[in-house]
Amino acid sequence: MSIEKREARQPWVLLSPALVSILLLLIVPLMFIVVYSFWLRTATGADQVGFYLDNWIEVLTDEFYRDILLQTLRIASVTTIVCAVMGYPAAYFIARSRGNKAILLLLLMLPFWISYIIRTMSWINILGVSGAFNSVLMMLGIIDEPLQLLYNEVTVILGLVHFLLPFMILNIYVSLEDIDRNLEDAACSLGAHRGRTFLEITLPLSLPGLAAGGLLCFVLGAGTYITPVILGGPRDAMFANLVFEAIITQLDWPLGSVLSLVLIAVLGSIVLVYNRFLGMRQLMKGLA
Amino acid sequence: MSAVKLHNIVKKFGAFTAVHPMSLDIPERSFVTLLGPSGCGKTTTLRMVAGLLDPTEGDILVAGRQINDVPIHKRNLGIVFQNYALFPHKTVADNVAFGLKHRNIPKEERNRRVAEALELVQLPHLANSYPKQLSGGQQQRIALARAIVIEPDVLLLDEPLSALDANLREDMRVELKRIQEQIGITTIFVTHDQSEALAMSDILVVMSNGRVEQVGAPKEIYSNPTSRFVADFLGTSNILEAEITSEGGQSGLTAAAVGFVPLRDEQMAKLAGRAKAYLVIRAEKIDILPLDAGPDARLSFEGTIEAVDYQGQLVRYFVDVQGMKFQVLNMLSGTTSFEDGDRVSVRFDSQDCVAVGED
Repeated sequence: MSIEKREARQPWVLLSPALVSILLLLIVPLMFIVVYSFWLRTATGADQVGFYLDNWIEVLTDEFYRDILLQTLRIASVTTIVCAVMGYPAAYFIARSRGNKAILLLLLMLPFWISYIIRTMSWINILGVSGAFNSVLMMLGIIDEPLQLLYNEVTVILGLVHFLLPFMILNIYVSLEDIDRNLEDAACSLGAHRGRTFLEITLPLSLPGLAAGGLLCFVLGAGTYITPVILGGPRDAMFANLVFEAIITQLDWPLGSVLSLVLIAVLGSIVLVYNRFLGMRQLMKGLA
Repeated sequence: MSAVKLHNIVKKFGAFTAVHPMSLDIPERSFVTLLGPSGCGKTTTLRMVAGLLDPTEGDILVAGRQINDVPIHKRNLGIVFQNYALFPHKTVADNVAFGLKHRNIPKEERNRRVAEALELVQLPHLANSYPKQLSGGQQQRIALARAIVIEPDVLLLDEPLSALDANLREDMRVELKRIQEQIGITTIFVTHDQSEALAMSDILVVMSNGRVEQVGAPKEIYSNPTSRFVADFLGTSNILEAEITSEGGQSGLTAAAVGFVPLRDEQMAKLAGRAKAYLVIRAEKIDILPLDAGPDARLSFEGTIEAVDYQGQLVRYFVDVQGMKFQVLNMLSGTTSFEDGDRVSVRFDSQDCVAVGED
């Protein structure tokens, strides 16, 4: 076999384990979910096999589901915006620092060495009734009773930002690194001071990274399940919690399947819109 | 008045000194080239003038005004970067208009001047293209248009031709010089390419290891180098260690293989107070003739061709003369050509020899 032929085949040979796993572990189960979504759970608890649209109609018409979906999208949006505002300066600092970039990036990745659940739970020790924040305020005599800081939408967003910020920073960092420093020097030499140079050159050229980071934060945030469980109150459920509730607690697989598919459809269409305008390549760069 | 004046500028990066005390007067409307191998400090010097680096010591004056502490965006200098640094998200017209916009030039005048600049670089039809749609040569012209449209005091060119391929580079060289002469702008050009430097400059500044080796007109520097480095760096030279001697009242240099070579007084004067002397013979000043060629007024030696490097209109011979290796560049004329192992007559005129000293 010629080298050319072998090289043409090589990608497929190398990709096949991944493709097979995706097929078996993602596509096939997803097909099961699609099939499940048309079944119906009867009063006895048994699933009735068939083609029923009852669950679909319920989920798509009941305002309860719509409200939770909107709340999920709102929490994800706020999280994304907070991450962008907090992440950009950090990414800029790392991209522009001399010499010690590797250490800064390592520090950025460090939290990933600790389980996401542990990191989320750490907020209980910080903001809880007997947590660090309350203890300090009480010690200083600023308050007499501990403040109830946990279990609301703000702490859910806080937890999500804590989790997602590194993704945002990495994506912005990658696109800032891609910008030729000469462009900024050129803009300055043409009479633009640092601020104008940033607004006209650096920021527009880093938008792809900001958008990629935004998409990742939004999709991961909107699909989150653990954070509202640990840091949210009873009214702060997100859409993934409904899926958990339906499938694990109520054992209603058909309803859970419909809910899953709705979430996939909503997030999928957001990804498609992103891809239409910015392309997936930038996203891949950030992940690499 | 000089357009740019460097007064004892020094640049240190930590313990490393990139530019040793350097002074230079650049007359108005002149084309000055900083030439040297990489790491010689030429780009560092340019970046200090540009305001991209701060000199550790010394003063930089533009049009008589000290600009050390003037921030880059207020210096009014046009810079063309090696990789052009065109803004990828802006059209050609917006790239060129950028500097005018930040000088608050009204829109009408701005459009007129952008059009003029694009006319000057002969690319008016590309106004609405984006940089990535342009070829390297076109990008380079747009970068030039963007730099000169603001009517800068000085134009700074940081190896602007090095990213182009050979043929285009020679065209752009002519083009760049035409534009520079047409608008009469003082220009500082940085390059490591000696043919660019020799072809374009009014004043050539040869640098090495952070020091200025020689300043002068290209012809003067080429024909009369004052240091061993310059003699070696520019063109192809045969440099022989030599002793100062005199024969029959005529002083000169004596070197292995060639013996005594009488030199003009102005050449001998260059050796005054120097510890070492070298005899420099340009490769193209040596002729290779058949052994049986009749004698002439020139010095003549017997040698053996060791290798022949055919270069089209030129041929380079490597010749051994009594154990010394000489490089010879001759035009290929008619039928006389030599091959490896040929015994030949090696001739040069002592008038063409140059002396350089070293401490």
